[in-house]
Amino acid sequence: MVLASVLTTNLAILVLAGFIGFVVISKVPNTLHTPLMSGTNAIHGIVLLGGLLVVGLAGNDTFNKVILVIAIAFGTINIVGGFLVTDRMLEMFKAKPKRGGGTGADGAGADKEEGS
Amino acid sequence: MSTLPLATSFLQNESFLDVLYIVAFALFIQGLRGLSGPTTAVRGNRTAAVGMAIAVIATLLQPSEGNWGLIALGVALGTAVGIPAARQVKMTAMPQMVALFNGVGGGAVFLISWAEFRRYGSSYGSHTHSLVIRELPSGAILHTITVSAGGVPTYVAIFSVFAAIVGSVSFWGSNIAFGKLQEIIPGRPISLGAGQQIVNLVLAILAVAAGVDLVAGAHSELLFIGMLVCAALLGNAVVLPIGGADMPVVISMLNAFTGLSAAATGIALNNTALIVAGMIVGASGSILTNLMATAMNRSIPAIIAGGFGGGGAVEGASGAGEHAGTVRSTSAADAAIQLAYANRVMIVPGYGMAVAQAQHAVRELTKELEKRGVEIGYAIHPVAGRMPGHMNVLLAEADVPYDQLEEMEDANQEFGRTDVSLVIGANDVTNPAAKNTPSSPIYGMPILEVSNSHSVIVIKRSMNPGFAGIENELYYEPETTMLFGDAKAAVSEITAELAHI
Repeated sequence: MVLASVLTTNLAILVLAGFIGFVVISKVPNTLHTPLMSGTNAIHGIVLLGGLLVVGLAGNDTFNKVILVIAIAFGTINIVGGFLVTDRMLEMFKAKPKRGGGTGADGAGADKEEGS
Repeated sequence: MSTLPLATSFLQNESFLDVLYIVAFALFIQGLRGLSGPTTAVRGNRTAAVGMAIAVIATLLQPSEGNWGLIALGVALGTAVGIPAARQVKMTAMPQMVALFNGVGGGAVFLISWAEFRRYGSSYGSHTHSLVIRELPSGAILHTITVSAGGVPTYVAIFSVFAAIVGSVSFWGSNIAFGKLQEIIPGRPISLGAGQQIVNLVLAILAVAAGVDLVAGAHSELLFIGMLVCAALLGNAVVLPIGGADMPVVISMLNAFTGLSAAATGIALNNTALIVAGMIVGASGSILTNLMATAMNRSIPAIIAGGFGGGGAVEGASGAGEHAGTVRSTSAADAAIQLAYANRVMIVPGYGMAVAQAQHAVRELTKELEKRGVEIGYAIHPVAGRMPGHMNVLLAEADVPYDQLEEMEDANQEFGRTDVSLVIGANDVTNPAAKNTPSSPIYGMPILEVSNSHSVIVIKRSMNPGFAGIENELYYEPETTMLFGDAKAAVSEITAELAHI
């Protein structure tokens, strides 16, 4: 594959991903916006992959190694912290229907999911 | 470089690794879909986390992978910091935690771009369009580019430089946002005044000019560092003048920035998972930013221009004297009587309630009232707390039934038949000035129309203006009484008084 088509393929993926993100996320109810922000925040921790790839090619340059270790640590914080904190927040939403009283809203949430 | 002992030729087959990436981003999309409902959200988040694990494993299986010691060190450091931080953070501190996690993401992006620049050295920015990558299925991987020739394709340099600038802006901007919310840095706008926008513009132009020069083939690391410094100053200069009230919008915007910069890194490194995940976050962050700005009746350019809340604070301070004397205060006992004999009570919670950790006390109070047959509702402003949905999280933590939470539009229709509205630590979102006073900085912002209810009790620590620094006219209206004190103590006191009725 020639270089130009690698770029155009990637640009196509970029544009499509943007539209998918827009469509999927427009359906989220207001009440879940904070967990959503936290959840998407965790997903951009995927930059860790960049750090992992580049460190494999870092060679013997000590300074490079140092900044890449920091980058990997940052990426890991972003991922691990982000998913954990989102999970903590969401557990609070989940725990409630069990105690009763939340069934109406619960049903509405399920309907929305089916409708989507 | 060594490879994993278990890595067979099949596991390191490039098509197989590409498929793993596809599985990973399908899981991200599925996970985000799960976040669309309260019942599926937990699963959604975990689905996305599994996707992330698969993406990381696929990356570690890449044949070019190496330097295992450094990888282990970085991951260990990140885990040691990330897990305790996520476990121990209080729900009220969630916005600054998100800001911090967002910041480190941006930091990783610009550090990776920097390392890439150093690694390519003199070949960075050279124009070798003729460079042909080996025939590979779509999603050819990084090492083939570097193995192929000494030159770096121009587009790689462009996206890498873009990622460095945006990542750096996001890193520094997020840190300032964190500092402001954590109150390490004063929440009120810090600005150079009229010259601020010119300074911002100059910094942006300098960063972009340095980037263009690097792409065009300036092989100077000093220039690259200069570009990072300009972007860092820009990140500081953009966020420092923004008042605390606008901070959620800023965090959301920086979240989108980090996503976009991750997607740019993905294009530079030719990594599909990075492109897809980064771009989805870029898209979602933009939507959220827009929603928040709309809820606050603020335009995004106006927020970036900064200074919100500064003028209002001055006005509020000077205007405070005029109103003095018309505020009526009440006691916990009187408030308890009012509440006990109401048919319908609307709780209007704000960030002040969260800061005082009063949500559990409020839940106790409403339980008592429900026992007496009082109908309870919670009126939730879209930006109550400090982010959309933040208040819902806090109330969920206190076991408030989901069906008692009413969004602004519904709540505003209910105030007319509400006997008592109990405003706890909410300020700007109840300020009638947003409807009545065209000169107010918050004029036009949708508010909870608390003053439509028969009577209003406001629990507040003092008469100090709120987060946006604006005087609240609600407190001077005839149906309003003020109960001064700490939100938690005051609510508990009311609950105690209820027992005597």
